Amino acid sequence: MQQLKDLQKAIVKSQIWKSIFRVGIPTDNRKRALATLGNVVLHLHPIKVKKSGLRMSYTWCMGGTSFFLFLVETITGLLLMFYYRPTVEYAYFDMVDLREVVAFGIMRELHRWAAHAMVIAVWLHMFRVFMTGSYKPPREFNWNVGVILLVLTLLLSFTGYLLPWDQLAIWAITVGSNMARATPLLGHEGPGAAFLTLGGEKLIHVGSDARFGLIAGRTIGGGTLIRFYVLHCLGIPFVAACLMAVHFWRVRKDGGISGPV
Amino acid sequence: MTDEKSSSGAASEADGSSAPAAVSPKATVARVPAAKPAQATSQGAEITRRGLFSWAAVGWVGFTAAIGGCMTAFGRFMFPNVLFEPPTSFKVGNTEDFPPGVVDERFKEANGVWIVNNEGRLTALIAICTHLGCPPAWLEAQNKFKCPCHGSGYYKNGINFEGPTPRPLERAKISIDPDDGQILVDKSQKYLWEQGQWDDPSSFIEVS
Repeated sequence: MQQLKDLQKAIVKSQIWKSIFRVGIPTDNRKRALATLGNVVLHLHPIKVKKSGLRMSYTWCMGGTSFFLFLVETITGLLLMFYYRPTVEYAYFDMVDLREVVAFGIMRELHRWAAHAMVIAVWLHMFRVFMTGSYKPPREFNWNVGVILLVLTLLLSFTGYLLPWDQLAIWAITVGSNMARATPLLGHEGPGAAFLTLGGEKLIHVGSDARFGLIAGRTIGGGTLIRFYVLHCLGIPFVAACLMAVHFWRVRKDGGISGPV
Repeated sequence: MTDEKSSSGAASEADGSSAPAAVSPKATVARVPAAKPAQATSQGAEITRRGLFSWAAVGWVGFTAAIGGCMTAFGRFMFPNVLFEPPTSFKVGNTEDFPPGVVDERFKEANGVWIVNNEGRLTALIAICTHLGCPPAWLEAQNKFKCPCHGSGYYKNGINFEGPTPRPLERAKISIDPDDGQILVDKSQKYLWEQGQWDDPSSFIEVS
């Protein structure tokens, strides 16, 4: 027993232990506060939680569920990246291989189901926040951050839709991206684009408009696939993660999860 | 391309030599009035308020220009110069290869057009539904083009008659190449019925 105590003492006194945990075992309130403030994991947890914030019937747990599903998407998506190659030659067959020959290729199904669930959860979270009036001051800013996060969630869904590279994907993105033709001034069929000329030459045509920049060509092709892949795996998740950090931080700073008035 | 200015927007911090020393309320020493900044001599790098501001202005202008240049370059970067797509203009053969009343589907897969010989005119109909861009199918038995996505239907001449589509199919430019007498189709030039462009002689070839 004494040996165990000595061992514990030796570990706690060692330089390695001290370098990681910074403060020792807290013995008074000041040290307890310091231990919480000086540790990233502990500081993530709120100091106090309202009783109403724990009521499922009030929060529906939809914000937390959305974040949890985002983490599921991150992990399963990372695993899929080890097998999926975003080229016209390989994309569809890599997707089929994930289903049929890759061990734990169920990651693909998990990724797809969690994606559908995340879109639903984000909408329900927004609905709950609206119905409980949780967008009111001082939370107006966070409502706006949340709306941007909703748009990013839908964009993640849209970009991911193309990656299986089957008929459904290609034609869905064809139809979806055709909406960009009607962009005012920047789409070649949009209002005002006809006025943008330079020396009689049209500036905005099918090979130079917003849709062209979006899908890297006049039709959906290999360029679109790699572009959507990069946006889906890197660009949009990065922006969404940054905004999520702001979103959660503001929840804490605005007084925690809102309670019934 | 864009003229990118790289600038080291180094706005050095003022070291308070020109500003009066801040005196905390607890200070017990007598306040010494701040000395007037000396005139900048040939050696003296005296930082004046005005000098600092002008340097800051230069720094900010340079920084803004650099960021603007980067954003412009990024915008241009997203528009590819080389496309791995089928060419927009291609040859499809001679006029006698297309008998009257026949919708030729040989070029639909690779080039996205039907060559239709209808009512004495040879036209190249672009195989893109004018509703939302799906590829319709030619149904020989029902004598119509039918889109699988939302059910738009077109007659053999391309005029819409059913489904959600708002306007007829589009024609591509069609002409005879003077060099070898072959039919040349150019998809970059389109002719829309609703703008009265189907009367344009470039949108069809007269065949007997």
